[in-house]
Amino acid sequence: METELGLKPGEIGLGTTLVAVGFDGGVIIGADSRTSMGGAYVVNRVTDKLTYVSDRIYCCRSGSAADTQAVANLVTYYLQLYAIQHGEEPPVRVAAALFQELCYKNKEMLSAGIICAGWDKYAGGSVYGIPIGGSLHKLPYATAGSGSTYLYGYLDTAFRPNMTKEETIELVKTAIALAIGRDGSSGGCIRLAVITEDGVERHFIPGDQVPVLGI
Amino acid sequence: MEWNFDPFSNNSFNHYGNNPINASHSAGGIIQRTQSPKVWGGTTLGVVYQDGVMLAADTLGSWGQLARYRKEERLYPVGNFTAIAYAGDMSDFQYTKHMLDSLMIKEYYINDDHVLSTPHVYEYLSRVMYHRRTKMDPLWNTFIVGGYNNGERFLGYVDLLGTTYQSSAISTGLGAYYAQPILRKAVEGREGLLTEAEAIELLNSCMRVLFYRDCKVINSIQRAKVTAAGVEITEPYSVSSEWGFGEGVRGFGSQKQ
Repeated sequence: METELGLKPGEIGLGTTLVAVGFDGGVIIGADSRTSMGGAYVVNRVTDKLTYVSDRIYCCRSGSAADTQAVANLVTYYLQLYAIQHGEEPPVRVAAALFQELCYKNKEMLSAGIICAGWDKYAGGSVYGIPIGGSLHKLPYATAGSGSTYLYGYLDTAFRPNMTKEETIELVKTAIALAIGRDGSSGGCIRLAVITEDGVERHFIPGDQVPVLGI
Repeated sequence: MEWNFDPFSNNSFNHYGNNPINASHSAGGIIQRTQSPKVWGGTTLGVVYQDGVMLAADTLGSWGQLARYRKEERLYPVGNFTAIAYAGDMSDFQYTKHMLDSLMIKEYYINDDHVLSTPHVYEYLSRVMYHRRTKMDPLWNTFIVGGYNNGERFLGYVDLLGTTYQSSAISTGLGAYYAQPILRKAVEGREGLLTEAEAIELLNSCMRVLFYRDCKVINSIQRAKVTAAGVEITEPYSVSSEWGFGEGVRGFGSQKQ
């Protein structure tokens, strides 16, 4: 798993589960809270992988913790500059393009699998996937990280366009719970963020209240 | 032919002999500037026909064996009379799209009424591909470039090594094994004679074979045609497939039940 993520020996990874789903009015992003090292030790069991880059744009980080923190810090900086220069909040597609630029141009040096999602007045809610390699994909929903492999089947059947906020919260929560259940590199708590025109609403499900699904 | 199609461990995808995942173990930890392709576009086809050229590709961006992005457009117009089909790394294709768009815009702003025709676009792209190969930092792609300019049809191939050739029927990836013989039989010797309907049927039947036999092809394909009227790219569509004969199959040898 480490080699697949391109982590160097001893490097700290975010073996992780990330989900972002667009709904009628915005996006909901969710992640587990485990940061691991060496595939065995849990460095941080309450990590916040939902990272602010601007007031209505967040990114979900998987891969190398260091690489994704560095990239997210840079994108936050550039978006602050954008807001000052343009006199308005940056659109999500600008943030996604910035992520792509950094991840593509430095592709040999980075292990970063990022989902960029948020709300802007031009496009409403948007979800962009920027996998390792630095390609850009605008999607109705996205999943990333080592736990994502367990979710393609679930999301392909359970997702419908234009669900309500409550339905989408359930979808994201269930998805993360399923992946935590099967992926050793994902675990801990579920963090959700609901991003709409009105703001960012954070939800937290403590580790002992994460649904235990299946057998 | 390498039967291990995993791009991460298959050495035929590792032409340059080193993989950055191992960079920390190589001399002094210096990172080499070649890559491992990640999101991967598969086979593409191109033929010359009566009214121009036609290209086809499925709409899949694979992630190893995972069919990760299933609605990706792999055909792209360059100006009004050229289209390209890509295979290989998707991020490098997105970069190439941007580069070619910039090229066409810059040429337009010279404002001399000259527009780069397909052979020009092809030459430019080939030079870039070979240059990147020489720097040991390739654009990890195989392109088919097709176009129709003032009555002249053009169909060319260029890849990550800078290899180029032109032919009346081109296919990449596993298509080079499965589809090329079918394309050649239908096209060679009849370049000006293939009608549009025949070309469509030809590409569809080759994509059908590839859907049957290539793990990394899905039944969602697009066609591009370039004629005197310009570039037209279809919406994704599916081809029919025949499975009924499988119902009666039992076991693998003499089993009857």
